[in-house]
Parts: sequence; structure tokens; C-alpha cells
Amino acid sequence: MHLPIYLDYSATTPVDPRVAEKMMECLTIEGNFGNPGSRSHIFGWKAEEAVETARKQVADLMGCDPREIVWTSGATESDNLAIKGAAHFYNKKGKHIITSKIEHKAVLDSCRQLEREGYEVTYLDPDVDGIIQPEAVAEAIREDTVLVSLMHVNNEIGVINDIAAIGEITRSKGVIFHVDAAQSAGKVEIDLENMKVDLMSVCAHKIYGPKGVGALYVRRKPRIRIEAQIHGGGHERGMRSGTLAVHQIVGMGEAFRIAQEEFAEEDARLRKLRDVMLDGFKDMEEVHLNGSATQRVPGNMNISFNFVEGESLIMSFKDIAVSSGSACTSASLEPSYVLRALGLNDEMAHSSIRFGIGRFTTEEELKYVIGHVREAVEKLRELSPLWEMYKDGVDLEQVQWAAH
Amino acid sequence: MAYSEKVLDHYENPRNVGALDKDSANVGTGMVGAPACGDVMRLQIEVDENDVISDAKFKTYGCGSAIASSSLLTEWVKGKTLEEATLIKNTDIAEELALPPVKVHCSVLAEDAIKAAISDLQSKRSND
Repeated sequence: MHLPIYLDYSATTPVDPRVAEKMMECLTIEGNFGNPGSRSHIFGWKAEEAVETARKQVADLMGCDPREIVWTSGATESDNLAIKGAAHFYNKKGKHIITSKIEHKAVLDSCRQLEREGYEVTYLDPDVDGIIQPEAVAEAIREDTVLVSLMHVNNEIGVINDIAAIGEITRSKGVIFHVDAAQSAGKVEIDLENMKVDLMSVCAHKIYGPKGVGALYVRRKPRIRIEAQIHGGGHERGMRSGTLAVHQIVGMGEAFRIAQEEFAEEDARLRKLRDVMLDGFKDMEEVHLNGSATQRVPGNMNISFNFVEGESLIMSFKDIAVSSGSACTSASLEPSYVLRALGLNDEMAHSSIRFGIGRFTTEEELKYVIGHVREAVEKLRELSPLWEMYKDGVDLEQVQWAAH
Repeated sequence: MAYSEKVLDHYENPRNVGALDKDSANVGTGMVGAPACGDVMRLQIEVDENDVISDAKFKTYGCGSAIASSSLLTEWVKGKTLEEATLIKNTDIAEELALPPVKVHCSVLAEDAIKAAISDLQSKRSND
């Protein structure tokens, strides 16, 4: 077992060696280094061929036509292109957008920008399980709604939205539906032939591909139009200019191919590991899994260890890489907006740790982690006045705190 | 974020963790902060007949810097008179622990805690 142990797979993943191998073939003079835009020689043709193979690999995993895939620099760019691009193109139709309070910042900040441009945005609340209910979307749609943007799988808590059901609603009302699938591609089945999704953002680095490359799915039937955000050269049918990064794109294609081929096997393995992890904490008092217990991906477990502050807990994990919903790990000193939107009280949000497991996680590693976490929680609870009060039967909600 | 060696030392070996009898006439208890803000500090001091702090105990819910600030504080107040203890400034704590700007509020909380403990002790006396 190697230390430190990486358990932050929701933040990013290591590149699969098979992917790195393919990427390295597209860099040097001996390799496939050409510009896919070069039409006059074999170097360009070969590079273009590699890009088109990757486009098909990505399209295959998503259940769509390769011609519906536009390469970008990552899911953040895809979200920007989808949201601003669709809102701008269809602005004659209306200026109302629907999203949720627990979206990724790439979506929320794109919506904020549109608000500054005069658009109106409705931010839906999730239910206590972290799910955006399709009925809530239906109720929020108005005459002037042009776009609904929701995530497939939440990055902080791993719960899955029913995008097929939401797509039925948006399609019937003639509203464009954008889905941020950065956390779901390769982990949950995506079938764009049957799901009524119009735009979908994905990226490579969450599923063992390289950072710096992503894609936006843009539906052809019925045809969805978007206004380009980056101009120059008219690449990607004018929707996203810029020389294609062949090695990145080839890496993304290979990562998506592997994810599709090994989906069932990997999913089963992660479910087993997830059970090992949750069983390891089952007998502890005041330990809560945040978000729906059933409608979730196995690789993401956001757990609150009540009465222990998240950053202090992470501080004791010298050899374990995880992230926290606690305020203290961020510059803002605000606890996670996602956990708060679920209705968690602030101390539960402050006490949360996100464990992300993935392709290279082993049971041995998890056993080690469980032991360390248990030890640290016990130590910190001995230090915690809140734990002492809880054990003495004091109702912490009734205490008059001197907030600062 | 990188922690200073002193913060790590107090975090790993916190001094004077525990509780004193809060109902004793010689014990002052200060509880500051709030769970919603991510830190709660409880500092207790015991004084002898000369108003010298003979014992101090703490428990803290909070980040490593908050734990270190309160642990350090218990070391500092022991042996001091109440008057001397009131002179402890948050800036002294922040400097000793090399707290980054974003963690200075932890030292402020520690200063609030000793002030609250002393004022609890004094209010007990005025009620007698």
C-alpha cells in the first residue's frame, strides 16, 4: 500500500496509464503531432483522423451522434458555452433561466453573468436528499423561460438527478435543457438518444483522462443553436474556435472508451468498496451520510462527523487526501453552500468530509482510512465541548451562542 | 494550507484538555463562539486565595488553529493573576502561533474566552 492515499476522486482522477500511452503518441516528431486543421498534407489528415476517432468514442459513451460533440477545454468552458451560448442565441424568445442552488460554480457564475446582462434566473431548492424534483422544474417554467440548466450528479454529495424525467418536462414546454454531466459520465448511464437533453457538458479528468479537455454535446434533432463564445478560425462548426489539442482529445476519447467498456465491472467494484467504507463507520454515534442514501453514485460519500470540525479532522489525516465542506478549508469562511441548501444546520456542514473513491482505490486502503478516521474523530470529540454537552443531554439548539 | 510547527504541536499534543467544576466559587467558565461559525471554545480557570490562576482547562470545537490558540492560552494563564491574564492580547497569540490572516479570528476568540472566564468568576463573587 502506498502512502499518501488519494481519496479525492470527485476533485480529479489520475490519468489511466492506457490513456497516457495514447496521448504520448501524439506529441513528438515521430508521433501524430499534426494540426487537424491542416488540409494539405498527411500530418493534418492523420491528426484529424485521431480526433474523429476520439469524437466517436465520446459519442458512444453518451449515446449520441459524433457530429453532436464539440471539443472544449473542460466542463467549465462547456457550461459557459451552453448557458451563455443558448441564452444569447434565443434571447428573442425570453430572458428567464432556471437552475438550482447546488450547481457547480461554472453554472452559477455563468447565470450570474447573464443576470448582469438583464436575464432573470430562478434558483431551485433541492429536497432534503439533495435531489431537484422534476415537479419543481415544471412549476418554475414560465412563458419566457428559455433554458433549464441542472447537473446530473452533484460534485459534493454524489446524488443523481432524474434528468430523463426533467427532459420530458422541458421538451414538452419547448424549453432548452442543459445538463452538467462532469460528475456522471462513465459513472451513470447516459443515453442521449432517449433522454430529452439538448446540451450536455462533460470533461476528461473526472474519468481518468487528462485535465484541460472537455466537450459539449449539442443536439441536432431537434436542432439546438448556440452563440460562440470564442471566435477565430471557425473550428468545431463555428461553435468553438481554436486549434484542436490532439493529444488531449485522444486522451479523452480513450478514457471514455475504457469507461464504457469497463462500466459494469467498475461499478460493481466501487459499490463493494462503498459498502466497506460505510460499514466501517456504521457503529459510530452521530455519523451521517449527506444526501439521498439510494439515488447516488458509489464513488462519492459525503459524511458528517457531528461535533467535530472538518478542517481539524483533515489535519489529522497526514496520509489521506480528502476534502471538506467546512468553511475553514476555503478562503471564504462560509460552509458549503450545497450542504446548507440541503437544510443541514451549519455545524453539520462544518463537520463534513467528502470521500471520493475510484479506479485505483483498494480495500486495504479503505481499511487503513477507516481506522485513522475513527481514531481522529474519537480524539477530537474528547476535545469538543459540543460532544460533552451532547453526551450530557444538552440540547445544542437551545443554547444561546455568542455568534461572532 | 500549511500550519506552523507550533500549531501542529498544540494540535497533536493539546495541553490542559478537560473540565473544572463549573459550580465551584473559585472557577470561572468562558464559553465563546458558536457551532454555526465553526468554532466553540470553552475555557475554565481556577484561582487560589491570592487571585492567581492555579489551573486552567479547555475544550474546543474548531479548526486546528482554534484548538492551538486555546491550548496555548491555558499554558499562558497558569500562574498569572487575574489582572495579568486580562492583558493577554489576541495579537500575542497570533504571533506566537504564526497564524495566517484568515485564522486571526481564532486568536480573537481565545482572547474573548479568557475575558469571559474572568467575568464569570467576578460575577459569581458579586452575587455572594
